Amino acid sequence: MSETEIYAALGEIFRDVFLKDDIELRPELSAKDVAGWDSFKQIDIILAVEEKYRIKLNTRELDSLNNVGDLVRVITAKTGGG
Amino acid sequence: MTALYWLPEIEDWRARLRGLDNNRDAAWDAASALANSRLDFIRTNALDQMVSRIFGDSPPKTLATKPIRLALLGSSTMAHLHPAIRVAGLRRGLWISIYENDYGQYWQELTDSSSSLHEFKPNAVLFALDPHHLAAGIGASLDRAEADRSFDEVRDRIRECWRLTRETFRCPIMHQLPLPLHPGLLGNNEHRLPGSRQDFIMRLNHALRELADGEGVDILALDTRAAIDGLKAWHDPALWHRAKQEISPAAAPMYGELVARLLAAKQGRSAKCLVLDLDNTLWGGVVGDDGLEGLVIGQGSALGEAFVAFQEYARELSRRGVILAVCSKNDEANAIEPFEKHPEMVLKRHDIASFVANWSDKASNLRAIAEELNIGVDSLVFVDDNPFERSLVRRELPMVAVPEVGDDPATFAQTLADAGYFEGLAVTEEDRARNEQYQGNRKRERLKASVTDIDSYLRSLEMELIWRPFDKVGLQRTVQLINKTNQFNLTTRRYTAEDVLTIMEDSRAFGLQLRLLDRFGDNGIIAIVIGKMNGDEDLLIDTWLMSCRVLGRQVEPTTLNLVADSAKRLGARRLIGEYLPTKKNGMVKDHYAKLGFNVIETGPDGSNRAILDLPTFAPASTFITVTEA
Repeated sequence: MSETEIYAALGEIFRDVFLKDDIELRPELSAKDVAGWDSFKQIDIILAVEEKYRIKLNTRELDSLNNVGDLVRVITAKTGGG
Repeated sequence: MTALYWLPEIEDWRARLRGLDNNRDAAWDAASALANSRLDFIRTNALDQMVSRIFGDSPPKTLATKPIRLALLGSSTMAHLHPAIRVAGLRRGLWISIYENDYGQYWQELTDSSSSLHEFKPNAVLFALDPHHLAAGIGASLDRAEADRSFDEVRDRIRECWRLTRETFRCPIMHQLPLPLHPGLLGNNEHRLPGSRQDFIMRLNHALRELADGEGVDILALDTRAAIDGLKAWHDPALWHRAKQEISPAAAPMYGELVARLLAAKQGRSAKCLVLDLDNTLWGGVVGDDGLEGLVIGQGSALGEAFVAFQEYARELSRRGVILAVCSKNDEANAIEPFEKHPEMVLKRHDIASFVANWSDKASNLRAIAEELNIGVDSLVFVDDNPFERSLVRRELPMVAVPEVGDDPATFAQTLADAGYFEGLAVTEEDRARNEQYQGNRKRERLKASVTDIDSYLRSLEMELIWRPFDKVGLQRTVQLINKTNQFNLTTRRYTAEDVLTIMEDSRAFGLQLRLLDRFGDNGIIAIVIGKMNGDEDLLIDTWLMSCRVLGRQVEPTTLNLVADSAKRLGARRLIGEYLPTKKNGMVKDHYAKLGFNVIETGPDGSNRAILDLPTFAPASTFITVTEA
């Protein structure tokens, strides 16, 4: 799975989670850049990602997430791409 | 598996969601239609957010149901569950406002009359105490006596919470049983370790069920759901550590369903009738083509046994009060034949209260079934293996529940159970006898056809009306009738069990429950009247409702005689009757005028108010014998 594909899929998840159509995903995008991105929304995003890619992020991986780029790296590693 | 898999997918979901606020007047119904699709938690949250953008905090003006103010009293994080509860309400046309106590403060807020909980004034309360909180004092070092003491303490504290809530808010109380999420210490024989937390929670759940029955509390059985779906579908330990969520957000849509089912059942809004297709739904094959001998049903093949199992499930449902009906595209004679002649059929003709087999479209036939049974179209659940028929009925009659049952009869029963359409809170005698009542109806119809004039028909029915003041024995049935009777209902005031208890205690009011018997059997409790003194001379008939199946049998004038007697006993000189129009109760517009009241006021909305002078009132004579129970 290419990074471009992952960004496209994540974009869809973000648009559904925040109900906003104008979120531009970039690697350095983080919670402070998006209104409403709190710890609950963070969990929603992770669960949606887990469901979409049929993967499970462990506690250490979750703790290491600081921005969208980190999330894409974890997905890439877990789905065997990269 | 906590997906709402019985609901259909909607193709253009995103576009329809974003289009909701284009037409605000139609937004509630359109949102309700979206809620009736297979939503995961992300879509559930999105729909909830959209509805709140459009309506804010106040329900739409067109709302046909009583808005619910639900207080969630819990010990862990529940904010992530609010959207799913509201959306599951929306699915049923219910508006739910939610209050959640500050983290961990449920007891303080209950006991403090100046708390925001008291300010919220809930009309429903759900306790959701998590298993970590409940088992906090339990550990493997306890001996049996110590463990039992802790157990009693926890149980008594919960009962105290219920009692306090009932005294303070006088509203329905629900209690959510905790998930058995503690890892075991002994294993298979965990129950032999007195201080086992896992065993503690299991014992507690068992005890709370019994306790709840005595205290009038309804159970939300998360433990049962966890047994069906798997604990891991409901609980994620990582999320507990991260956010103190007992219930995983992924399970939120199903959780919301469970809550809304209870709330809807409390309002008498559970479905009442299961309508079944025949070919490839109740048996394999097409009876018109394959003939009686060609049908796949019964022992000998896996498919045949699966159909038998589904028929058995339907029969069990009917024995606890769900009405069964058949809606099939067939020649009637062909359709009935297996019910009468096939030895492997579990369902017999007499199990089916309304049997419609013809070549008309199924939407019209479903309407006819609802009419024949005197129930709303919105209380039908229609099971059909054919996707074309399902989507046609959904399009024509969006208020009918049409589950995506798939085409494997082996899964039909569990699908119906998971969909929870028939959520019930109690089984009344009427529920058990319902099927027989419909049998009696058919015999009455035959008698009616055989006698020439109405008087001899009524006389030959040998009717007896047995009346009783409201009492605890009949409470469930009284509340059920008050909340589900739509047509013969003069004022359509909805009351909870707590409200009815208040009326029972009021010395200036009366509540009557009326049972009708005749030579064909017991019709059960068929009418409810509530009267309240207004001043010293006037008795206001607050509520008068009747089951439509006893229309035209002189029950109304006989009831009036009883109402007049009860009113005189309270010292009244006049009866005041009022009619408040709704979409469904046009049939009783002239009820009081027909009974000899003087109509003194007619409102612009079609309502009216009428008076009957008691000293000059002459009781009507009818063919009904009246007895006091």
